[in-house]
Amino acid sequence: MDQSNNIIEVSNLSFSRNDRVIYDNISLTVPRGKVTAIMGPSGIGKTTLLRLFGGQLRPDSGNIIFDGQDIPTLSRKALYQARRKMGVLFQSGALFTEMSVFDNIAFPLREHTKLSPSIIRKVVLMKLEAVGLRGAANLSPTELSGGMARRVALARSIALDPELIMYDEPFAGQDPISMGVIVRLIRDLNDALNLTSVVVSHDVEEVLSIADYVYIIANKTIIAQGSPAHLRQEQSAQVRQFMAGEPDGPVPFHYPAADYQEELFNHVK
Amino acid sequence: MLSKSVGGLGRHGLSFVAGAGRAGLLLFGALKPAGRGLKLLPLLVKQLYVVGVQSLVIILVSGLFIGMVLSLQGYTLLVDYGAEQSLGQMVALSLLRELGPVVSALLFAGRAGSALTAEIGLMKATEQLSSLEMMAIDPLHQIVAPRFWAGVISLPLLATIFSAVGILGGHLVGVEWLGVDTGAFWAIMQSSVQWSEDIVNGGIKSLVFAVVVTWIALHKGYDAEPTSEGISRATTATVVQSSLAILGLDFVMTALMFS
Repeated sequence: MDQSNNIIEVSNLSFSRNDRVIYDNISLTVPRGKVTAIMGPSGIGKTTLLRLFGGQLRPDSGNIIFDGQDIPTLSRKALYQARRKMGVLFQSGALFTEMSVFDNIAFPLREHTKLSPSIIRKVVLMKLEAVGLRGAANLSPTELSGGMARRVALARSIALDPELIMYDEPFAGQDPISMGVIVRLIRDLNDALNLTSVVVSHDVEEVLSIADYVYIIANKTIIAQGSPAHLRQEQSAQVRQFMAGEPDGPVPFHYPAADYQEELFNHVK
Repeated sequence: MLSKSVGGLGRHGLSFVAGAGRAGLLLFGALKPAGRGLKLLPLLVKQLYVVGVQSLVIILVSGLFIGMVLSLQGYTLLVDYGAEQSLGQMVALSLLRELGPVVSALLFAGRAGSALTAEIGLMKATEQLSSLEMMAIDPLHQIVAPRFWAGVISLPLLATIFSAVGILGGHLVGVEWLGVDTGAFWAIMQSSVQWSEDIVNGGIKSLVFAVVVTWIALHKGYDAEPTSEGISRATTATVVQSSLAILGLDFVMTALMFS
């Protein structure tokens, strides 16, 4: 196993979908044991990047080295082996609605291990305790609030003790309490379980409060990177607009259109 | 203008071929030995219940009424020629050769096929399929395979039940209500229905319909655009395409089997 300092090394990655370029020659690294955040405006393909890391999409060119293996070149079998070392928290939680909370978390253990039912029960309860939902083990996913569902999904994604966990917009649509809980869980789990975390989000303050290193992506490329403290000092207009949430700037408020007056008064049908 | 229509035709052709290719890969992926063996058994049993047992009520009620109507219509026609004794033969042959396999397949497409498409489409929209992939579990083995086999096993059984209940419905109307002799009803039916010509051919038809309907339903769900509109379109497509495929294939198979 490759024990280099970086669990993921992306180099010269390009990816396009239906002739639309999403990433143009980007390179980044995810160091082991750290929380790395990938930020950027909506619609620039942050989730796509996680799917590329997980091998669900193949890049047009470039390498994605995960734990010493180049993900796009792996056979299906090797890819599935590599995925056992990854956990993903999807934006919707993606819990299996026909199973109880307990069975959702037990599912990957039953599929991939030969543990006895009593050990599986203990592991599931420990994972649920870690996210504060041991009492909800027998509920159905439809009985959970959005924040609880995401915590259950988090417990499921750490069930097999992965080396890497990827969070897809973990704070989206959460009330302040749930958001605070998830922010704390990401950091605590990362440190307690010696994980590596990748957080994809556009919630600036929450991300900066827990990330060790941040990449900001816009216009198909990485426009800034560094520690949260470094990014707060960044002077580039594009970064400043994103960090401060200004409605107008390098990313214009108006969608490109013809001249306003021209269209209002001189428009001939 | 011409180049536009030729281009449109080409695009439709390409998208049809690509769709057929994806459907083929889906079936291949679901059927290829996965080394999971016994792990699939509980999933299959659950799907047999959902796809098969839960379709029983509609099959029983429809079979009963279709048998009753057949008997009623047949009696009014046969009685003019004094041939009402052959009512059992007419009801049984119509059901075993055509109505049993075809109507139960059409009902199955509407009841179970549409549900399969909507369920898998929704699993896709809520990222459950992606989540399985990222857990290193192939959704084709976990989700598609048990549903496919459940459909293939259920429909021939449902068609058999449909025909049996239809014959009982025919007996109810013909014998109990209209007064056809019960001995003649059963005896003429027994002497005219052939094992290989009627029962086996009807079974082959419903097996073919089962494969086609379940395959279409699973493919449409798996290939659905993961939005509410996309799932609604996919569900409609399942019912329409399955129904047309059933009727078209029925003609072809009838021509091959009985002409």
